[in-house]
Amino acid sequence: MNLPGAGLIQGLAVTARNFVGSYFEKARMTTEQYPEERPKLPENARSFPFLVFDGDDAEAGMRCVACKICEKECPPQCILIVQDRDEAGKALKRPKVFEIDIAVCMSCQICVEVCPFDSIRMDQDYELSSFDRFAPLVLDKAKLLKSNEYYQSIHPTEAAETDARLEADRKKKEAAAAAKAAKAKPAEGAAG
Amino acid sequence: MNLLERAPIELKAWLLNLLGVFGVPDWALAILSALLIIGTVIAVFLGLFALTSVMERKILARVQNRLGPNRVGPFGLFQPVADGIKMITKEDLVPRGADPIVHFLAPVVMMVPALLVLAILPYGRDMVPVELEAGILYFFAVGAGTEVAVFMAGWGSNNKYSVLGAMRAIAQMISYEIPLVLSAIVAAMIAGSLMPSVIVAAQGGFAFGFVPQWFVFTPWGFTAGLIFYIGALAESNRSPFDLPEGESELVAGHLTEYSGFKYATFFMAEYVGMFAICGLFVTLFLGGWQAPLPFLEIIPSWCWFFGKVCFVAFTMIWVRATLPRLRIDHLLAFAWKFLLPMSFAAFLAAACWHYAGRGALGWGMSLVIVAVPYLALGTSFTRRFAVSKRTYQFSE
Amino acid sequence: MSSTIDISLGPQHPSTHGVFRMNVTLDGETVTRLQPVFGYLHRNHEKIAESNSWLAAMPYTDRLDYICPLTNNWAYALAVEKLAGIEVAERAEYIRVITAELTRLQNHIAFLGFILGDMGAWGTALMYAFREREKILDLFESLTGARMMCNYMRFGGCRCDLPAGWLEAARQVADGFPAFLDEMEALLTGNEILLARLQGVAPLAADRAINGGMSGPVLRASGVDYDIRKADAYGIYSRFAFRVPRGSVGDCYDRFMIRVLEARESVAILKQAIASIPDGPVVNPKAKQRGLRPPAGEAYGRIEGPKGELGFYLISTGGDRPYRFRIRPPSLINLTLLEELCLGTKIADVMVILGSIDIVLGEVDR
Repeated sequence: MNLPGAGLIQGLAVTARNFVGSYFEKARMTTEQYPEERPKLPENARSFPFLVFDGDDAEAGMRCVACKICEKECPPQCILIVQDRDEAGKALKRPKVFEIDIAVCMSCQICVEVCPFDSIRMDQDYELSSFDRFAPLVLDKAKLLKSNEYYQSIHPTEAAETDARLEADRKKKEAAAAAKAAKAKPAEGAAG
Repeated sequence: MNLLERAPIELKAWLLNLLGVFGVPDWALAILSALLIIGTVIAVFLGLFALTSVMERKILARVQNRLGPNRVGPFGLFQPVADGIKMITKEDLVPRGADPIVHFLAPVVMMVPALLVLAILPYGRDMVPVELEAGILYFFAVGAGTEVAVFMAGWGSNNKYSVLGAMRAIAQMISYEIPLVLSAIVAAMIAGSLMPSVIVAAQGGFAFGFVPQWFVFTPWGFTAGLIFYIGALAESNRSPFDLPEGESELVAGHLTEYSGFKYATFFMAEYVGMFAICGLFVTLFLGGWQAPLPFLEIIPSWCWFFGKVCFVAFTMIWVRATLPRLRIDHLLAFAWKFLLPMSFAAFLAAACWHYAGRGALGWGMSLVIVAVPYLALGTSFTRRFAVSKRTYQFSE
Repeated sequence: MSSTIDISLGPQHPSTHGVFRMNVTLDGETVTRLQPVFGYLHRNHEKIAESNSWLAAMPYTDRLDYICPLTNNWAYALAVEKLAGIEVAERAEYIRVITAELTRLQNHIAFLGFILGDMGAWGTALMYAFREREKILDLFESLTGARMMCNYMRFGGCRCDLPAGWLEAARQVADGFPAFLDEMEALLTGNEILLARLQGVAPLAADRAINGGMSGPVLRASGVDYDIRKADAYGIYSRFAFRVPRGSVGDCYDRFMIRVLEARESVAILKQAIASIPDGPVVNPKAKQRGLRPPAGEAYGRIEGPKGELGFYLISTGGDRPYRFRIRPPSLINLTLLEELCLGTKIADVMVILGSIDIVLGEVDR
């Protein structure tokens, strides 16, 4: 027979078990004391975009060619790209200005998905607060450019896959160029 | 061991002696003695209040699998200092249209009775500040002053929410006064006096050499004690009876228009009142300053008293963490239709126990007299409100 | 004092689940009139979708019912797939079911926590629920990159494949859930105070529920046997064996218990899906994401979201952006009968009734 009040006692027992358990079991005390303990982010975690460069020189090794696809596809339109032009006014395959307003960016990762050149990727840094709402939250090209080594350290699996694919593409291009050169040479030899 | 036990009394006597040697007249010494006692009691209880405000948050946190405040001071124990500074420096807003005198006096009228009732509690062997022959009567008479303060707060704020909250608070407090007082009477009846120290002494001694003879270990005492405990929760407006402060419903009820130091005073009064009524609970049912086992009497009596009070306060915090709030009609029905008849049953059971010679027959009779109404009323109550075992159908 | 009091509950209020306001007229403690006022969180979702591409609308759907982003994503992807005639990859269908049921689990336990908080249990059940919910959110973060705002479904599948060890982690979460639900039931369902607060409060008859357009657990608690997972059998739900609980009285207690029972059924579906997921691509390679131009026409895609029937009605004129993007928000439509449910109840019950309908303002206001 169910004693009236037994449900309340059962509830009290559950909370008592949790109270005592919080001193002994990790599962019942899951607080991480930030900032002394930082959360261990999974590999896929994303915060805001950054630009990847290969090699040591950020400007020279930048993968971005200013195709402006990410600017077009960005849902809240937080990317601003101005293509670089040389003295003659001819368009170069690099951006002069590349700015992302992270106060607007919603970290949706669509820019990463649509980039054909593997040049924009998601960073994991979330400690980006500032006292000014506007200027410090607009990241310019210098702040956005980070090396491929950095990319490999934060997203190893993704970076390995990207590097392998870029390497394979490069080898294919070299093989095609070598085949083209080889085809041209015997033709010369035959003609000559 | 006796030294530690009598330390507070000896200390006071030594101090007064010293001053007497220096030529302070007797009448001044008498006043000084009273002031020392008052000062100590207030200091102890305000210290307990400060400690409880942080311990409550930490205990609530541990129940909820998280750490409580732990940044201010070691283990967060200086949190009350931070809270105090915050409360004092907040702007004191008085709403336009509020009755200024009533609005101002409400916290005062709340705080004063809460402190006055501390006078009659026996804190240790021979350590009662004021020995009143009608001590229990005094406690309830003065303690009822807090109910007036709640209504003053609600009415004087000129705010719909506050008035609603105050109305509920009054209804709740009046309804729970009666079972509270009746269960206190049970203990007084068995002890034969309204003096708290006599009631404590009546719970002295050990049956079979090691079982304490506190009233809570008897069937009627357990029932009366439980009713008193529930009434204490209701009088202090603590969960599950915190409808007046219903935070998730009417913001803060009768306290909506109070900020800063006045709010701190209400807060303080509520906690001091909670400790006072815990103290009375310990005195009436848990044997006051008596130790539970003979060999534990080395620990001083005042330590036992405060230890038990802290334990009861801990259970109140535990209950707060667990149980949701009762609705007003459940609350009132529970008081009038369950607690009141049960307190009469406890009364009857205690009388039977006493007049049957306090032997096995008395124990048996009191158990039956308490159990039958509990089961009958309890099941009719749950059947009315907390009904059915529902079954659910499933479709594939 | 006049005989009735007009009170405005909200928009800043600890228990209104967001910025929601109710103008209540009280006669003593009893409610005689209740007018909901909302729109405080209106963010022009539908209009923004008209000026962005089809793919760009996907991250905005995360922010509708922000507690259940993955089911919102699925509903939108379903609607576009219907409109454009895109087939979904097989493995992606399984991943969609797994993530949707995980979402349902974490929504229902968060609901338990919130309704207990509304009733004054000082956040204890809420903290327990959030402790378990963290495990599910960690799974989402390792899969999609974000705990909420996942932006994971794509047209014809999912954005990326499961990382190594994810299925095993999901299986462990699913295995540990029944024990947690048992602990919550021990804390809650025998509790006399809870029973008194929930039972008999605002019963909703089945015909009134259907007339009012209710959907989801609210509808099933009133005794109507209607679950879109069974009715439409979208995705691959027809391959899984699960039961659909339904209540009888339709009061707050039934709405509460139905969700607890549904959570148990979700665990069953999860286990089946995790056991039988095949290998393969996670997105249909022929489906275009960027630059999708569905042929002119209209489509209505709906799913059984944790809160009810979430539907997207899309009209395309053949261009690269929607002509009309209409969201059928279950939270808003479930609020249709709020006044009717609350009339005659006490003010303390209003919060419990609102909590039992389980709304999220992101969805109500869009």
